[in-house]
Amino acid sequence: MQKIFETPLYPYKRSEDQDAAKPVRHPVVVIGAGPIGLGAAIDLAQQGVPVVVLDDNDKVSFGSRAICFAKRPLEILDRLGCGDPMVDKGVTWNTGKVFFGERQVYAFNLQAEPEHKRPAFINLQQYYFEQFMVERVRAIQEEGAPVDLRGNNKVTGIKTCDDHVVLDIETPEGTYQIEADWVVACDGAGSPVRSLMGLDFIGRVFEDNFLIADVVMDADFPTERWFWFDPPFNRGQSALLHKQPDGVWRIDLQLGWNIDKEEEKKPENVIPRLTAMLGQDAKFELEWVSIYTFQCRRMEKFRHGRVLFAGDAAHQVSPFGARGANSGLQDTDNLCWKLRLVMDGLAPDTLLDTYDAERVHGADENIMNSSRSTDFITPKSDMSRIFRNATLDLSEKFDFARPLVNSGRLSVPCTYDGSVLNGHDVATMPERTRPGSPAVDANTSEGWLMDRLGGRFQLLAIGTDVPEMLEFDGITVKRVALCDGDCRSPVIANRYLGKETTAVYLLRPDQHVAARWVKFDRDAVEQALKTATANG
Amino acid sequence: MKKQTKGKLCTAPNIGSPDDFYESLLAIHEGLGMDESDALNARLILILANHIGDGEVLQEALEAARA
Ligand SMILES: Cc1cc2nc3c(=O)[nH]c(=O)nc-3n(C[C@H](O)[C@H](O)[C@H](O)COP(=O)(O)OP(=O)(O)OC[C@H]3O[C@@H](n4cnc5c(N)ncnc54)[C@H](O)[C@@H]3O)c2cc1C
Repeated sequence: MQKIFETPLYPYKRSEDQDAAKPVRHPVVVIGAGPIGLGAAIDLAQQGVPVVVLDDNDKVSFGSRAICFAKRPLEILDRLGCGDPMVDKGVTWNTGKVFFGERQVYAFNLQAEPEHKRPAFINLQQYYFEQFMVERVRAIQEEGAPVDLRGNNKVTGIKTCDDHVVLDIETPEGTYQIEADWVVACDGAGSPVRSLMGLDFIGRVFEDNFLIADVVMDADFPTERWFWFDPPFNRGQSALLHKQPDGVWRIDLQLGWNIDKEEEKKPENVIPRLTAMLGQDAKFELEWVSIYTFQCRRMEKFRHGRVLFAGDAAHQVSPFGARGANSGLQDTDNLCWKLRLVMDGLAPDTLLDTYDAERVHGADENIMNSSRSTDFITPKSDMSRIFRNATLDLSEKFDFARPLVNSGRLSVPCTYDGSVLNGHDVATMPERTRPGSPAVDANTSEGWLMDRLGGRFQLLAIGTDVPEMLEFDGITVKRVALCDGDCRSPVIANRYLGKETTAVYLLRPDQHVAARWVKFDRDAVEQALKTATANG
Repeated sequence: MKKQTKGKLCTAPNIGSPDDFYESLLAIHEGLGMDESDALNARLILILANHIGDGEVLQEALEAARA
């Protein structure tokens, strides 16, 4: 049987543009059909924006890549209409174990907070992730959404002009050009677009190599995350074991810097290591083996005129904490509604500068967290190693030391504190839903709150009157009213009301809070909407 | 001279029997090699830091030790 990553999902097909007398102009061109480019395409198309997606390949991701997807991206995927297949296929886990040397120092159970539709995260192979996104593209195409996904269309040149961008594209049938009002560059860590435009990519390369192996195993290992510091089978280094769907296990073995990558990758060298780790009796087959060097870096600016960078093209982090695809989806979540408002003339061009500001802030947060994990896992000095080992030793006996152990901090949603788009706040309301934060889920009488939010500006009304629909300069704001029963729920009180008994929240199309008040006031909402759309 | 700001870190004598404590501190390291002593000190710092808990006090303590 052909595997999903070997199946062309969007094979090359000649486009009319290739026979046009002069380059055809498109409103938006997305470069790259990885998870982030596909996310951008679905988001824009769902808003009715025609979008062309160019990819130099025609298949899903190849090899061992992302496996861990966090709650916030799952919520974004719900808004994009493809959360269910991911969660249905994915593996959910709650227990983690930490080993130091020969011994297990502790186990933890991630007690989920009640009333969230989505779990803290799922494990799912990136190729399934991309497959479900391509299926979603196909489904919305059937419904008439204007997405044109062009496989084997490689961007080889880019020229930026004041009011458009010109792209050179290479196909199996020769080259052609198209023009775009806007380009979203999601062409991955090696971003040819970034290089073609001569842009920087600054940061820190960690001098470390990791052997990443995906093995198919018939084992009754429990569905847990196991992390080893300095294990007997990989002395002085770390190791990670994590379950994926279909009986596939992800194994990360830290190798250190001065190694021969080709040698280490050979099955005769890999298999003994894995046997030492999994036990002599474990029966396994190698699906993939690769060696990665990780880096933490980002572009200085994500916006360059009419070219907007997102995902790995804009920033890269080490994989501890699963922040790559997770943060990339937050990029396009942030970008697409802004781009549409600017394209429709409902917001000034400067709204797109806030994409840069907000997501650079997000990238810096991710880079900081990944760097901290890396510094704990791979101590850079003798003293750093002494403290790391002391922390692990103490964690065996004392609870207090466990939060200090850092084997990767899971990606949590970014709050855009200090963003110029943030409006009025009420200090007596909960901190977690302050302006700039994503809304927090809750169970309501009409379904999950997150399912009722997003895709447009909305006013969430809790225990107080708000008009059903408002319009300000072409932008509509729809009400989402909680019923009396929901307004009295302790979860709503805890997540939205704090010390107040009523609340009105203005939410952005990306489900982030723009402003909040105790009561509805038309003028205040109008002002906050102007602020949230850079309209002054 | 740096102006003394009134911080939260207690820098006035606060240990009941200083000589007893000092003796215990040395005694606990007895018979240990440098590596083991370094490890013990690190554990001790972490235990004490957790007991203090307050981020401002800890920050002042870190700076006081480095000064
Ligand atoms: C071992 C490993 C483990 C990871 N684990 C996680 C994890 O658990 N969770 C997580 O969130 N992230 C993880 N990541 C990171 C994650 O894989 C990336 O962040 C994610 O793939 C980025 O998506 P993207 O769409 O930005 O880029 P990519 O997936 O790299 O996609 C870029 C696309 O652009 C196309 N392209 C490139 N050049 C051109 C061109 N010239 N013209 C047209 N198209 C072009 C490529 O064909 C490709 O399809 C991991 C990565 C690795 C390597």
